[in-house]
Amino acid sequence: MMTAFVARSFDRGATAFLIALAVIAVLVPALNLLVPPASPLHLPTYLVALFGKYICYAVLALSIDLIWGYCGILSLGHGAFFALGGYAMGMYLMRQIGTRGVYANPILPDFMVFLNWPELPVYWYGFQHFAYAGLMVVLVPGALAFVFGWFAFRSRVTGVYLSIITQALTFALKLGFFRNNFGFGGNNGLTDFKDILGFNVQAEGTRNALFAISVVALMLGFILCRAIVASKFGKVLIAIRDAEARARFLGYRVESYKLFVFTLSACMAGIAGALYVPQVGIINPSEFEPGNSIEAVIWVAVGGRGTLTGAVIGAILVNYAKTFFTSGTVVAYWIFGLATLIAFAGVLLYRRSILLGAAIGLAVAVAGWLLAGPLSHVAATLDSPGIAQLAANWPFLAAGAFAVAALATSWQPLPLGAIFGALLFAFFITPFEVLALAPYWLFALGGLFVAVTLLLPRGIVGTLRYWTAGRRDRTMSLAAASAAAEDGVTAAPRAAE
Amino acid sequence: MRKLYDRIGAFVLALAMLLAASAAHAGPYEDALVGFTQGSLSDTGDAIDAVVASGNPRAAEVLEALEDARLMYSAQEKKVYIKTKDDKLLDAATGQPVTTPPPDDMDTVVVNNRLRNTIDAAIGGLTLMARDPGRRYDAAQAVFKSHEVSVLPALDKAIAQETNTRVKRALQQARASVVLYSEDASAADKIAAIDVIRERGDQDSLGLLDGLPATATADVRTAAQAASLRIQKELAIWNTVQNAWYGLSLGSVLLLAAIGLAITFGVMGVINMAHGEMVMLGAYVTFVVQQLMRVYNPGLLDYSLVFAIPLAFLVSGSVGVLIERGIIRFLYGRPLETLLATWGLSLILQQAVRSAFGPTNREVSAPSWMSGAFEVGHITITYNRLWIICFALVVFVALIGLLRLTRLGLEMRAVTQNRAMAAAMGIATSRIDALTFGLGSGIAGLAGVALSQIDNVSPNLGQGYIIDSFMVVVFGGVGNLWGTLVGAFSLGIANKFLEPFAGAVLGKIAILVLIILFIQKRPRGLFALKGRAVEA
Repeated sequence: MMTAFVARSFDRGATAFLIALAVIAVLVPALNLLVPPASPLHLPTYLVALFGKYICYAVLALSIDLIWGYCGILSLGHGAFFALGGYAMGMYLMRQIGTRGVYANPILPDFMVFLNWPELPVYWYGFQHFAYAGLMVVLVPGALAFVFGWFAFRSRVTGVYLSIITQALTFALKLGFFRNNFGFGGNNGLTDFKDILGFNVQAEGTRNALFAISVVALMLGFILCRAIVASKFGKVLIAIRDAEARARFLGYRVESYKLFVFTLSACMAGIAGALYVPQVGIINPSEFEPGNSIEAVIWVAVGGRGTLTGAVIGAILVNYAKTFFTSGTVVAYWIFGLATLIAFAGVLLYRRSILLGAAIGLAVAVAGWLLAGPLSHVAATLDSPGIAQLAANWPFLAAGAFAVAALATSWQPLPLGAIFGALLFAFFITPFEVLALAPYWLFALGGLFVAVTLLLPRGIVGTLRYWTAGRRDRTMSLAAASAAAEDGVTAAPRAAE
Repeated sequence: MRKLYDRIGAFVLALAMLLAASAAHAGPYEDALVGFTQGSLSDTGDAIDAVVASGNPRAAEVLEALEDARLMYSAQEKKVYIKTKDDKLLDAATGQPVTTPPPDDMDTVVVNNRLRNTIDAAIGGLTLMARDPGRRYDAAQAVFKSHEVSVLPALDKAIAQETNTRVKRALQQARASVVLYSEDASAADKIAAIDVIRERGDQDSLGLLDGLPATATADVRTAAQAASLRIQKELAIWNTVQNAWYGLSLGSVLLLAAIGLAITFGVMGVINMAHGEMVMLGAYVTFVVQQLMRVYNPGLLDYSLVFAIPLAFLVSGSVGVLIERGIIRFLYGRPLETLLATWGLSLILQQAVRSAFGPTNREVSAPSWMSGAFEVGHITITYNRLWIICFALVVFVALIGLLRLTRLGLEMRAVTQNRAMAAAMGIATSRIDALTFGLGSGIAGLAGVALSQIDNVSPNLGQGYIIDSFMVVVFGGVGNLWGTLVGAFSLGIANKFLEPFAGAVLGKIAILVLIILFIQKRPRGLFALKGRAVEA
């Protein structure tokens, strides 16, 4: 029965996805360990750790997709479960340091010695055993989710209310973990780990093993989620997502379904956190930051909620973009290239009004540029280098304003053309230099939130599936029509949807 | 070159000696100083008395230096010097810095413990006579805490001379504390002193009464205990009053931050996670207005808030309208997506302000009519908190009035209650949506003006308030402004009453947990709207 339960969940896409993951699990360590460092194919160890981090985020995203995509529970506090799992693992790793700490205390971690704790608090007992810590990684987030969910779902707190309470939950935990007397290292958290199960956490081999284990955990999580989603239980979850009241009237105990899936999801998030900590080497209260949890939700939204593969892809894509933005540079030309692309598409669609818009945009950009002098004077009185910068980057600002206008007018061609016009002028005055991207990351992330919800509500994978499903439908209806024509029967007019 | 320096040096030396010579025989103070150069303890004691008697304003400085072993003398030149704390040498007679090299036989004036007591009493006595009533008051407070017996004569003299009633009372209290701790005062005097101390009734008096030495007689001790109990009781009441005041103050801040949210979330049902950033924009508008005034019209600086209030409303409000037109109107009926999109907006706004004004705190100064404080009983009330409470209430009343009495308010209520019917009656619903959202955001901007007075104006200003504001709205009940009012003040007061027991952070956590539990009990808040429309 179990095999049937699992086997039913493998369609073609899921199988391909799992195979791809398996290949990655083998390929990345192989490229790091077996290929000599001089070879261009060699993968540096820091990248293995980075990819491992992405995979842990993917597990977290998967757990969010399970409850949000399939049960409609938007948790803005899943980072709390992730961090709790991470802390459980961190406590094990702390205990493993033993006498190698700065104060060489065999029992107490360094921060406790530093804070004059007389003895180990009771809740730290047992964490020197890996098995116990591993159990806690699952149990602590699971228990919290169970208690929290039991209260919340029983009294039918749903939708936005639930989201806000989950956010308050992680906020409260953050405040607590920041305190030194909580016994979890306060502000600094737990760090300076030495080894895990006797292997040095810094060693190449350990890092690769952790990476491979993370991918395997992702695969197992994926299989579990697929199995749940494809089962009858999963169908009830989807029913609850789409019409909770109706599911309840049909006699399903909605609270129990929600509670089960919420707790399971929290356990998954805990495991993700536990795998994350040895790879990044630190866990501190900033992981509880509400912003982190919401960021994790956007990974799922980008990839496509209710698709599982999408959650994984979204997590990896967004985090890759984050790494790229926070450490990379880009030549300013890129922006111009993008604008040309937009303009080209626009001119194809609506010729005259977009050209008029471009003229307006150009005029505004030039006018603003001429005003930059007086504006920089104001900037000087305000002691605000930022305003001077804004004055200097006026054409980009104008383009942004036109973009807002375009958004407000449901993408009319006129403001679209104006964006192009402003960027065209920007091209002429922008010096040929590379742009550090780091200050723009939050703009990009914020823009991603807005753009995904407005323009791509299905996410990447969801949209792709929608397209292929639409094509399949069309092909099938064409086939049906031709078959009907052969039979000499006119197709019945389709009922309005 | 070298010669030139030498000449200048000689000239300065000559000038200094001339000055010193002319000052040396100018009065009793200068004569008294000579006593310090004799090197014997009894001469030094006489010199102390003489210096005090001279009534010279530098006397206190000399005595303090003497006590800290910073008073130097030179027997050959018959001169006294003060070594300042940063190791500069001053001429004790003139108070001018000494530019010549110090004399070879310079030595510290020696004092013993007996002299030290004399010095203490003298210093206390000197400042008790100071010309500035504030300093006299401070001196009386210091004596009250130290209850040094040797000051008693000076105290009596000061009380006799004192004309300022506030200072006089402080002096009498100081005297009572001295009497209570003196060994040769009679039991009756001590009991009278206890009465005076009980009248004062603050934490210091409590410490004084509880710390009574065991040598005191039994009736004095019982009187002290009774007084101490009464003070404790009074202080407990004042403590409650103070907590309530702090709670009101916090509640008014919460009210300001949450009331805009009560419009957008409570009335429109739109989750605006960028609400905190609207507050932040308001605070930055205040900063910009103030900075521009500082440069172009410093005379109006005190009234910059008056200009900042409408401007902040307009800026935040128009940003709100833009957000509604650009993003939110496409997301009506999809609350979870609205939440994500507005969160993204909040990131963009924060980063925009960060790149425009830098990540550090900007300073907004308080106008003179908002700084300062006054005391009511044992609590201090700062003017800025008082103004913010008034401001919050005014904004609340104005908002209620707007919704109740104006055409716009009527249309807003109509649209939020039944959109289709309102549209059928000819109300332009989408315009009303934009205006309602703009109103909520504009009020957030007003909150920003108020918060700029008590909080750091930084790009993260809004983040700290967003969760609290949501809690207030959820606790008070969605769609009901009175619920927001009650919610804000009860959360504020509960927070401040929990703080002494649990500490600020744990208090906050406790409040969050309590609200989570409360929502279990009443998912629609304190003042829930009743009716069939609520579930939708």
